[in-house]
Order: sequence, then C-alpha cells, then structure tokens
Amino acid sequence: MPQAKSKADAILTEQELNPMAVIAPIAGWLVPGAGHLIQRRWLRGLLLLISVFAMFVLGVLMEGKVYGLNGGDLLDMLGFVGDLGAGSLYFVTRLMDWGKGAIQLASADYGTKFIIVAGLLNVMSAVDAYDIAIGKKE
Amino acid sequence: MQLSHFSAAIIFAFFASIVFGITQRTAPRDMVLYGAKCFAFFAVGTIAASWLMWVVKH
Repeated sequence: MPQAKSKADAILTEQELNPMAVIAPIAGWLVPGAGHLIQRRWLRGLLLLISVFAMFVLGVLMEGKVYGLNGGDLLDMLGFVGDLGAGSLYFVTRLMDWGKGAIQLASADYGTKFIIVAGLLNVMSAVDAYDIAIGKKE
Repeated sequence: MQLSHFSAAIIFAFFASIVFGITQRTAPRDMVLYGAKCFAFFAVGTIAASWLMWVVKH
C-alpha cells in the first residue's frame, strides 16, 4: 500500500512540476485554441480557434448582448460567467463597447446565446488543453 | 446581420459539434464520428422540436 501511495504522489508531483499544465489552459482561455496550438496540436487548435471565434463574432454581428459584471440579475450574472469564458474576445468586445443587444430583433437573442455558448465551448477547450498537458489525453 | 431560425440552429450545431468532437474523444476517428453524431442530434432534434411546437399550436 505505501508503494501505491508513493507512486500516486510521484504522478501528482510530476503534474505539479509541468509548467505546461498551467500555461496551456490559461493560453487556451485567453486565445481560443492556443492551448492546443502551443502543444503542437495544430489541426485541433485551428478548428477550436475557428469554431469559438466564428460563434462569438456571429453572435456580436447578430447584435447579441455581451453581459457586464454588474448585471443586477442572477441570469445576467450567469450570462457574464458564460461570456467571460471567451477570454480575450470578451475583453476586446467590452473595450470596443460592442454587444449592446438589440432587444427588438429576434435574431439578437440568438446572438446572445451564440456569445455565451462560444465562451462555454472555449472553457471546454481550455480544460481539454490541460488534459493534454498532464498526459491524460494524447 | 440577421439569420433565419433554421440557419442559426444549423450554424450553432456545426460549431458546437466540432468542439464537442475534439474535446470529448481521444482518437481522431472517434472525434469525427462523435462530432458528426452530435451534429445529427442537434439538427434532427431542432426539426423534431419545431414540428412538435407546430402540433401543439394546431
């Protein structure tokens, strides 16, 4: 039993010492697909970049709403958390003051959902980049 | 920019399926198959739900 424990500890220590396990998810969150690209998963990284970027940009072009921190409503806060998942795309959109949301358009509501889902998909890809970094996935 | 309900649903399904395929499977072949399956479920589910709503309305 003590031997099994020490083996588990060795694996954990190895993961903790792997800087890629920290860099990859952060890079993947900030720039969609970057977590995969810096680990030389070129095709996967490119597909993730295109998918998340396209969904986010289409959402903004459809005049979807980008939520701010102080929405004042629980659903707005959840929307903010989803939007924040898009990393730099979210920050650029907020800086440029885009994503005001046109409530009179039905497609704008779709746009809002596109933006939130783009953020959530980006979080999934960042977690996947972490799994690759720690060797859980190839 | 305005998309129809159907085109918005198909675009959503397409990009979401790509990410699902890449992140939820390990082998490249499984990624493609899972992505295609997700896309089919999204698309067929949307059409089925649309018809269901039509039936409820009428």
